[in-house]
Amino acid sequence: MAMLDRMDVTLDELKHLVSDQALEGDTLLLNMGPQHPSTHGVLRLLLELDGEIIINCIPDIGFLHTGIEKNMEAKTYIKAEVMTDRLDYLNTMGNNLAYCLAIERLAELDVPERAQVVRVIFAELQRIASHLVWLGTQALDLAAMSVFLYCFREREYILDIMEAASGQRMMTTYFRPGGLWRDVPVEFERAVRSFLKYMPGRIQQYEDLLTKNPIFLDRVRGIGVMTKEQALAWGATGATARGSGVTYDIRKAMPYSGYEQYDFDVPTHTAGDVFGRYMVRMEEMRQSLRIIEQAINRLPMGPFRSNDRKFVPPPRSELGRSMEAVIHHFKLWTEGFNVPKGSVYQVVESPRGELGVMLESDGGPKPYRIKWRTPSFSHIQLLSWIANGHYVADLVAIIGSVDIVLGDTDR
Amino acid sequence: MSETTGMILEWSIKAAVVTVICLIGFAYTTYYERRFLARIQVRIGPNRAGPWGLLQPVADGVKLIFKEELIPQKAYKFAFMLAPILTMMPAIIVMGVVPWGTEVQMFGRTVELGISNDLNVGILYILSVTSIAVYGIVLAGWSSNNKYAMLGGLRSTAQMISYELALGLSFLPPIMLAGSMSLADIVRGQQDLAWYFIPLLPTAIVFFIAVLAEVNRSPFDMPEAEQELVAGYHTEYSGMKFALFFMGEYVKMFSMSAVFSTLFLGGFAGPWVDQLPWLGPIYLLLKIIFCLGLMIWIRATLPRFRYDRLMGFGWKVLLPFALINIVLTALIITLFGL
Repeated sequence: MAMLDRMDVTLDELKHLVSDQALEGDTLLLNMGPQHPSTHGVLRLLLELDGEIIINCIPDIGFLHTGIEKNMEAKTYIKAEVMTDRLDYLNTMGNNLAYCLAIERLAELDVPERAQVVRVIFAELQRIASHLVWLGTQALDLAAMSVFLYCFREREYILDIMEAASGQRMMTTYFRPGGLWRDVPVEFERAVRSFLKYMPGRIQQYEDLLTKNPIFLDRVRGIGVMTKEQALAWGATGATARGSGVTYDIRKAMPYSGYEQYDFDVPTHTAGDVFGRYMVRMEEMRQSLRIIEQAINRLPMGPFRSNDRKFVPPPRSELGRSMEAVIHHFKLWTEGFNVPKGSVYQVVESPRGELGVMLESDGGPKPYRIKWRTPSFSHIQLLSWIANGHYVADLVAIIGSVDIVLGDTDR
Repeated sequence: MSETTGMILEWSIKAAVVTVICLIGFAYTTYYERRFLARIQVRIGPNRAGPWGLLQPVADGVKLIFKEELIPQKAYKFAFMLAPILTMMPAIIVMGVVPWGTEVQMFGRTVELGISNDLNVGILYILSVTSIAVYGIVLAGWSSNNKYAMLGGLRSTAQMISYELALGLSFLPPIMLAGSMSLADIVRGQQDLAWYFIPLLPTAIVFFIAVLAEVNRSPFDMPEAEQELVAGYHTEYSGMKFALFFMGEYVKMFSMSAVFSTLFLGGFAGPWVDQLPWLGPIYLLLKIIFCLGLMIWIRATLPRFRYDRLMGFGWKVLLPFALINIVLTALIITLFGL
């Protein structure tokens, strides 16, 4: 029984986590993932099933471990920023933002108003793009496959805007300590405005396809319920927590990049189930559109990055005229900039929840230690509680609704 | 040539023709589905192989034939080999009782369009034959020795007992109206009265829903729910054996659409079909295409049911509804003296 032996080996490491019934064969142990269409990446779930009802769900992470946190220590601050894109690949601008804000706080860098507003616009566009991927995959997990393709069509609009500004669709590295990499292109404002006109109708269309669909409602109502107290106790943040009625949004609680100047609501839902989280994210997309509209209306002219030459490279035009600019340029591109000694913890509201970066500097050009507090990592543990007692078919809905990104989990 | 040999020859030729039509139908149903689905989903769909991608099904077929056939070491080989055949065969032989038209003169003989149009237990035949297919799925799930496949097999068992009753009961109203179990009689009855979906709209709807469950189509595609069970009962199948499952599903779509068209959409009936009997197959084909289109449209729109919900839906909604339909049909017949 060679196969049985092999099974025992895989079981051994997790043996203490499953019940005695499973070891005796009364219940079925099912390996869901790491190669499975609905685990949204390489997540492995060890399921203990009674019939098709889950009695135990053990998430096993680490299949996408990239060593990004450790690698960042070996790179200068600017080079390390490129790695932040790869963490949560659906929220590249947001990761850049958290990282830049942390450096700016340590270095006490000023960021011009124009850069702040552009950052807010991109952070919110990114939030919509990320929610579109969430909505598409959530719908696809429940086999409403058209919504998935519609969502990706809309996401292309946002990626096009990001490409126009940063030259990249996903791995943007567009925000830099002290501002932006370069100014937004001239067609930026028109593109954003046309997106603002186009998007509300599309969100309505998704709602028509899903929110009013009895099969969809049947699949999401009362599934994966998490009370407000549980959400707080289990470290849920972002839309996942707000779906359980927790009114906590870092944009309101600890505003950054001038979020306090914008007028927007923090949607919450009391149901705490997949439906609650769904409704919150749908409303969040509308609120993001509101923020973008306010931001694009007040987008000031002016510099797009700080004038602090110790951190921000001089414009190209100066290189031919100013010796000092050449020196700064050379210093920045050879050894990078030095960030004052100290440590800082900066949080931003990522589409998935509270994204924190703990940055420790020893005064050199490279980060001494970086620790990311990522929402997906905290949210994966929810699965083992809220999936119990549900069907395997519901598990995919639950995974979709907590909206995990495995790149965000395994750093 | 004696009359018996002639009959056997005629039936063999007709059976071969219908089988070929089914297989071509299968190939182009996949093409139709991919193109139509793509249109709904703002995509283009296959358009590279041949003009408008028309050779795509051929390319797929060639690819599948040359694929390596894997049999898992721990699989129960006999059942593993048998399962795809059991799924495929019933789907084709259902077509045996579907009338394609009236009679035509060919080679000095009067040839009936269809293999056994006037079989007096035609509907019982359909019911019994379609029920066999589920064994293929259950056996496939069990013999693969794969947990996902087994769950898929179990689901289809649960699914079958929930929709089969409603399906069976929905056959009754057309029988009552036509006064016969022969599909040819049912078509003639519709030529006399009206297409049965007009007087029997609720029955037609219940029947169509049950057919969706019968052919494992969305929103009832639980046995192969790819988001949950990877590929369900055919997870371990590859190459031509997988293709047989695939064929089974699409041929069944095709043949159940033919049955639905015959029962509720007038079958081969249509304008001038009495003068030009060859119009019959064309009309039936158009109706089948319409039904297939509906199935594809539903797939593009609806999420999937959960399998316990399908059981509830089958027993608590479809079954009572089908019973009420029978009573209603009886009332209509009595009131209007049909």
